[in-house]
Amino acid sequence: MTGATLSERRETAAPAIELKGISKAFGPVQANRDISIRVMPGTIHGIIGENGAGKSTLMSILYGFYKADRGEIFIKGRKTEIPDSQAAISAGIGMVFQHFKLVENFTVLENIILGAEDGALLNRSMAKARTELVQLEREYGLNVDPDAVIEEIGVGKQQRVEILKALYRRAEILILDEPTGVLTPAEADQLFRVLGRLRAEGKTIILITHKLREIMEITDTVSVMRRGEMTATVKTAETSPEQLAELMVGRKVLLRVDKAPAKPGAPVLEVENLRVVDEAGVERVKGISLNVRAGEILGIAGVAGNGQSELLEVLGGMRSGRGVLRMRGQVMDPGADGKARRAMGIAHVPEDRQREGLIMGFHAWENVAFGYHDDARYRSGMFMNNRALREDTAAKMERFDVRPPDPWLAAKNFSGGNQQKIVVAREIEQNPALLLVGQPTRGVDIGAIEFIHKQIVALRDAGAAVLLVSVELDEILSLSDRIAVMFDGRIMGERLPGQTDETELGLLMAGMSEAAA
Amino acid sequence: MPKWAEVILVPLISLLLAAILSALVILAIGEDPVAAVKMMVEGALGSTYAWGYTLYYATNFMFTGLAVAVAFHARMFNIGGEGQAMIGGLGVALACLYVPWPHWSLGLLGAILAGGLFGAGWALIPAWLQAKRGSHVVITTIMFNFIAASALNYILVNLLKPKGSQDPASARFPEAVHLPTLHELLAPLGINFSKAAPANVSLLVAVAACVLVWALIWRTRLGYEIRAYGQSEPGARYAGISGVRIILISMVISGALAGCMAINNVMGEAERLVLNATEGAGFIGIAVALMGRSHPFGVFLAAILFGFLYQGGAELALWTKIPREMITVIQALVILFTGALDNMVRAPLERIFLAARRGRG
Amino acid sequence: MDFLTILQILDSSVRLATPLLLACLAGLYSERAGIFDIGLEGKMLAAAFLSAAVAAVTGSVWLGLLAGIAASMVLSGLHGLASITFRGNQLISGVAINFLASGLTVLVAQDWFAQGGRTPSLGGDARFTGLTLPFADALAGVPVIGPVYAELISGHSILVYLAVAAVPATWWVLYRTRFGLRLRAVGENPAAVDTAGISVVGLRFAAVAICGLLCGIAGAYLSTALQAGFVKEMTAGRGFIALAALIFAKWRPWQAMWACLLFGVLQAIALRYQNIRLGEITIPVQVMDALPYVLTVVILAGFVGKAIAPRAGGEPYVKER
Repeated sequence: MTGATLSERRETAAPAIELKGISKAFGPVQANRDISIRVMPGTIHGIIGENGAGKSTLMSILYGFYKADRGEIFIKGRKTEIPDSQAAISAGIGMVFQHFKLVENFTVLENIILGAEDGALLNRSMAKARTELVQLEREYGLNVDPDAVIEEIGVGKQQRVEILKALYRRAEILILDEPTGVLTPAEADQLFRVLGRLRAEGKTIILITHKLREIMEITDTVSVMRRGEMTATVKTAETSPEQLAELMVGRKVLLRVDKAPAKPGAPVLEVENLRVVDEAGVERVKGISLNVRAGEILGIAGVAGNGQSELLEVLGGMRSGRGVLRMRGQVMDPGADGKARRAMGIAHVPEDRQREGLIMGFHAWENVAFGYHDDARYRSGMFMNNRALREDTAAKMERFDVRPPDPWLAAKNFSGGNQQKIVVAREIEQNPALLLVGQPTRGVDIGAIEFIHKQIVALRDAGAAVLLVSVELDEILSLSDRIAVMFDGRIMGERLPGQTDETELGLLMAGMSEAAA
Repeated sequence: MPKWAEVILVPLISLLLAAILSALVILAIGEDPVAAVKMMVEGALGSTYAWGYTLYYATNFMFTGLAVAVAFHARMFNIGGEGQAMIGGLGVALACLYVPWPHWSLGLLGAILAGGLFGAGWALIPAWLQAKRGSHVVITTIMFNFIAASALNYILVNLLKPKGSQDPASARFPEAVHLPTLHELLAPLGINFSKAAPANVSLLVAVAACVLVWALIWRTRLGYEIRAYGQSEPGARYAGISGVRIILISMVISGALAGCMAINNVMGEAERLVLNATEGAGFIGIAVALMGRSHPFGVFLAAILFGFLYQGGAELALWTKIPREMITVIQALVILFTGALDNMVRAPLERIFLAARRGRG
Repeated sequence: MDFLTILQILDSSVRLATPLLLACLAGLYSERAGIFDIGLEGKMLAAAFLSAAVAAVTGSVWLGLLAGIAASMVLSGLHGLASITFRGNQLISGVAINFLASGLTVLVAQDWFAQGGRTPSLGGDARFTGLTLPFADALAGVPVIGPVYAELISGHSILVYLAVAAVPATWWVLYRTRFGLRLRAVGENPAAVDTAGISVVGLRFAAVAICGLLCGIAGAYLSTALQAGFVKEMTAGRGFIALAALIFAKWRPWQAMWACLLFGVLQAIALRYQNIRLGEITIPVQVMDALPYVLTVVILAGFVGKAIAPRAGGEPYVKER
């Protein structure tokens, strides 16, 4: 396929989708502002942007899941109203959401026909869907057992079911929202091969992602979103990752954090053969051994869902595991709770600040005691020492530049970055021997990212051990003094940041053994 | 939306809606709502006798309202206040019948202990099942209300009923545990309060309970943990707050408060244990807690409001065609508007405040 | 205990199980769609009153049945409004509906009939009477089969047969029709239904409406078939026993029928005997009264198989942000 002639032909056709002046606000937050975009048929069109840039909102509007406040949608050149998902489906649009919309205790077949049944009785629909499914599988290599129950198959298979759902509904335009977030690189490759075949069949694909590599690898055109606005649309072949990154964040990205070389001391945390089994009985961590030394940052890289979260939760006391844990030489109970962990000198910035790190309905000052409400400085007998707490909060807000610096404001009324600053301030100012950090900059604006990174490095320089878990490879590479890669509950290998690169780490994250990598 | 609107305006509008609908119901059965309200005010607030009844009912509702409110803070919906109050009544009756108290004050302390323990015990089983086995506390507490009624029925008929009596009720409590009524309490102060009204010293215990619950929820570390758990379970796990512990403790406190109601209706008023002594006060606690936004001060006010409605309703039933069940209707409407249809009241208000802010900004 | 006594107890069990079964199936539709309903009691009560009242005034039990269904469906609509449209707390809404029915029925009954919250006694065409099935008389003489057919199977009101027929019908609707598939899906994951282009609100209202319909029949049965007229609080906790049966049955239709029959037997025994002697031990009647609730708690506790409610149950559907 020679790109030039094909793309010329595509230029002349009507766009598969054209959005004009789409705006959408959620309360006071403007998620999309005056967005226009043209997606040509038979292409893969990437939409890239940071977390919270408004990509998913825009696509949800296109799929009729949300209603735009203003703007017009054209499908194949015809103005189309999309008040609900039914309208989107009839317009030939299919969507694979980031969080799958499957009924967990239904079979694959039941999920596929749900909403697209033929007639009021199920028997006929099921038989028809079964035949058609075999065809679709053959055509696109999307094989799944139609009678398997969703909750018993892996996420990769579940995603296939979502794609099959769209194809069964004769979708001509397929939207995928962060499809590789839960996939291993191998599964992602497989997905991209499927997408390639779909494009060859003339389908139009919109790929939402925040991963530059994916954009460069598979898309024909790419649109960049930033803070609810569309900043540019360019041909993938005519751009570079650096240019896209700049468009995404709005200024030159600081890829490396300024930091002096680490001066590691004695081991602070030692983990031997840790195993974690989750509520569903699945072993998530399969015998991990590692140590973190004073004055160093150990970064754990890996695709989401490979056991990093569970590792962090056991160390933070949110989950119990089996194995030997030692803190400064002292053995810890692998099933102890958060209070016991804090007593050992462990502080924890959890992965999900809105569900775990903060109580969204509490005032900022109440949140500053969260987890430390039994501490001598915040209590007087069985009561809380609210005055001391409020004074401490005001001081912390000042030191960590939390805006607005109002201790009485509820946590939910701060922006993502300022919420995270409250959590980081609380944890770092405990002067912990070990800081656990999960996804420290997820959904945090650039300015706050820099600030938070600097604080973590400063804590390291003060002699604390830091265990960093992040799915952002850039963050791992720029912050860590040592990198361990996790895959499928195991550590695939350790690297030093100066002596490795994204390719090697990527192979490890995909489960390639050290010898092969 | 500003906090004062949230705390004052939303409940008031809900109450107003309930009042309007109630007025329509009264109109529909051919009575005059204005006259009815006048009669209720007269009958519930017009004399010390009237106040004595209003405050007597309010005392019951403070206990059951606080019980529901404490559980609400831990995001537990305790519908079992009725059963816990029944079993609390059993505890109070046993304490009054079988312990030779030298003075009513000691008897009251003993009764609070016994009623609290029995009520707490009855709440502990559903709480344990919720915490350890994941059994939905709403369903189990409903079931426990029925089980309590059957159990009490059996105990009264077969065990506590004095020989030769036909009435399924315990023997009368000894004179020593007679609780002073407001008449007896206020007489030394030169205030002449009605002798016939049942309001008694339990009212002061109920008010003290409001203050204690306030301190517990908003000032203690335990209260902090209860509220944190109620707002976010994963958050509590992160902070090392044990969900099992919070569920058990909050439900035990809740059950104890419901059980303590018995010092008012069993020890203070009936002075013996009868069948159906609670008269649905456990359920009214739900309306009171919702109306009072689970805040002890709100519960205090809402309890007095419901005391007024209860006594006023009794007067209406006496003098007009409007039966006592009118109060059940009002109670239902209050629960509906302040609990289930909360968003219906709140959403337009939020829009108004947002528009006002934009207009200014 | 002789054969005839057993037959009589079973016969009475069937009569007592019928309102439980209808209400239980009502709850099944609602809860399978993700709307918890602890207001079954109130809806039955409202239907019991209005059907008896209309039957008493018009003399037609069929008009009474329709009126009862209407009353129950109005309350269902209210529950839907609160829990679907305004995304309120479904449990609180259910509590409110129970009180509303409890108060309004007596209030209106007093206003209309002035008989202390009762309706006049029903007779003749204002009441459902037993149907004698074909050959019941002819077969009555045949040993065992004859009495079973004549006493136990024949001679019930049409609503009893309707309730029994509703069981396979519900199973069929749930597992063999498009509506059933969608209903089960919306109770498990409403987002899946929404993104498949089906209205979550519409489906849930449909489920709540069916719940109202069945509760209405259950209530009408109480006051126009089982008994001859309405008395205050005549449901006597049956809505909650139905709820218990629903949990006992783990939200499945056939099991719901067996659970309701079991609870019906318990009620029939409690009604017939005050205390039951089993050798040395005497089981007091209160134990029989409490048994359905105790059994439900045991089931809920998961000591005998785990009861897992529909996953989206009790949660209003809000599109995620």
